Amino acid sequence: MAGTLAEKVWAEHVVRRGDAGAPDLLFIDLHLVHEVTSPQAFEGLRLAGRKVRRPDLTIATEDHNTPTLDIDLPIADLTSRTQIDTLRNNAAEFGVRIHSLGDADQGIVHQVGPQLGLTQPGMTVVCGDSHTSTHGAFGALAFGIGTSEVEHVLATQTLPLAPFKTMAINVEGELPPGTTSKDIILAIIAKIGTGGGQGYVLEYRGEAIRALSMEARMTICNMSIEAGARAGMIAPDETTFEYLQGRPHAPEGADWEAAVAHWRTLRTDDDAAFDVEIELRASDLEPFVTWGTNPGQGLPISASVPVPEEIAEENDRIAAERAIEYMGLIPGQPLREITVDTVFIGSCTNGRIEDLRSVAKVFKDRRKNENVRVLVVPASARVRLQAEAEGLDQIFLDFGAEWRNAGCSMCLGMNPDQLQPGERAASTSNRNFEGRQGKGGRTHLVSPLVAAATAIRGTLSSVADLAADDPTFAALDVAELDGSPLVPLDPRVPMQV
Amino acid sequence: MEKFTTHTGIGVPLRRSNVDTDQIIPAVYLKRVTRTGFEDALFAAWRGNPDFVLNQDAYRAGSVLVAGPDFGTGSSREHAVWALKDYGFRVVLSTRFADIFRGNSGKQGLLAAQLSQEDIELIWKVLEQEPGTEITVDLEARTVTCSDVVAQFQVDDYTRWRLMEGFDDIGLTLAHEEDISAFEKSRPSYKPTTLPAKHLPTAPIKAARPIALPIQPV
Repeated sequence: MAGTLAEKVWAEHVVRRGDAGAPDLLFIDLHLVHEVTSPQAFEGLRLAGRKVRRPDLTIATEDHNTPTLDIDLPIADLTSRTQIDTLRNNAAEFGVRIHSLGDADQGIVHQVGPQLGLTQPGMTVVCGDSHTSTHGAFGALAFGIGTSEVEHVLATQTLPLAPFKTMAINVEGELPPGTTSKDIILAIIAKIGTGGGQGYVLEYRGEAIRALSMEARMTICNMSIEAGARAGMIAPDETTFEYLQGRPHAPEGADWEAAVAHWRTLRTDDDAAFDVEIELRASDLEPFVTWGTNPGQGLPISASVPVPEEIAEENDRIAAERAIEYMGLIPGQPLREITVDTVFIGSCTNGRIEDLRSVAKVFKDRRKNENVRVLVVPASARVRLQAEAEGLDQIFLDFGAEWRNAGCSMCLGMNPDQLQPGERAASTSNRNFEGRQGKGGRTHLVSPLVAAATAIRGTLSSVADLAADDPTFAALDVAELDGSPLVPLDPRVPMQV
Repeated sequence: MEKFTTHTGIGVPLRRSNVDTDQIIPAVYLKRVTRTGFEDALFAAWRGNPDFVLNQDAYRAGSVLVAGPDFGTGSSREHAVWALKDYGFRVVLSTRFADIFRGNSGKQGLLAAQLSQEDIELIWKVLEQEPGTEITVDLEARTVTCSDVVAQFQVDDYTRWRLMEGFDDIGLTLAHEEDISAFEKSRPSYKPTTLPAKHLPTAPIKAARPIALPIQPV
């Protein structure tokens, strides 16, 4: 029977069909664990006298709370330290592999899985973190779960799941220079809204998606949750196989051949039907920025802050009024005139080596705007080491940016990297909720290229604006900045510091 | 888990859409390692404002939250459900819930009941005109009663059954343990395992340093 990619992966993991309205029980291939959503789950196991059923399908890392400075010192914040110690103790007690601060494979959980080659096509991947949708870029069915479900997976390696609906998002055409996969996903969320994907698994398809590197695909799938979707997927292809081959946990020899043969079947059949289909033309896109306090409140950078009186729908109008007030903006103000205090480059959305390379290309031989603080935080220690091996760290430091250790950092401000009340950031992360990056902080979500241009000009800017200001910039081929075949993070190269 | 059949308690009108989990409980409160004691963290940023609904005496002891569409969007933090429960809420009424939030609620015995926007508006009006009005939620009949407003709500059959029986999911799943074992035996050999760990060449890690700040004379 014809099926979509999501339906095929689902079908391969059904342990038991639910009877009489009960959900199907699905097997989970990989469970990623971090310090914030796991302590109460391990405690639940302990209280019930249960074990971790499959420690060999489980991996833990420290990311949300970890400081990005002074990682060689004890963590200053006592509650953060307790939470991390609790994870370490739980990992030891239950026999779970852990990558702790100071380990080359420590980092944001959604970078660690792919870089180790543990995330592979056709798998089911879960984590107590909504951005688990990132792993869908490999053609895996990957989604965030709550702590009760974390405990459930630890105890049983399965989850009871109600069926999803499927939505195709077809992105045809070619991305214009200076636009990136971040702009594609921000445009999608603005189009369908933060609830538009609710109950759906999204499948990103089309020429523009196929042309993206693995890391750029991860950025898109990462933010599926911001459209309310349970998961986002992209069918695996040669780009996927090339990224995986040679990574530590990728199959080898005959297993590799068998795996690739199977992975090639993981695509939506031509005669399969989606519940909903959405179209987007990549060539119409320009860099996108958010102006409000949910990720659906985004516009092309050439637009202006909306005027609430012009919004017909009452709930949207009230939400816009509230957001504009919180964000300290003026209705009708051009987005390009918004001045920022901080530029944050990092997170599971845009903290990967390609992101850092594209930013470094813009930063090279330039200085930051004197009124802007610039933080560059790699997604994992391995990404940091690779950036240092390529000399990117020196470019960041010469630019006047701060070069930090790996972690979630200012994306959610659980560690000391936070915005002050009223402070405004252009951020490559994924959420612009009120207070997300620090109490009273104001967040504009942007691509790494917009973040880089903004760090130079001090106002929300695209790389095209830089070229207009500075003739020497025009010499830099902006077309080469994204979408070009950047060399993926090569795990086979030994790192030297 | 405690069984849920009916609940009656003070209704709290929260006239906001897109109440994300960062608003329900900001990230700084997620550092605890316990499952209880999150009541002070609920809507922490908004509770600083004296006009916020939960700071008004009539609503302070509320147990039925009546919110706008897209409640519980954003992060997967189950702490959002714990904070609502620890504060005393047993039911959230909204026109639409984020999937992960709704799943988390069901596992913790917090009823996420879906109503039409018209019914939510009617209930908001009652609660605002007569603060302190109680709402009765009948899970068996799937009805909400607030003064003269009687509305039907939606909740999926499976969640309703589990809530009414007070069943724990892990226990239900482990009843099918042999199905899980049989499935495990059929998995292809190329599927990865995290153990034994395969490592990349190890690299010495030293702390990355930010730009040198001007050094203060001692």
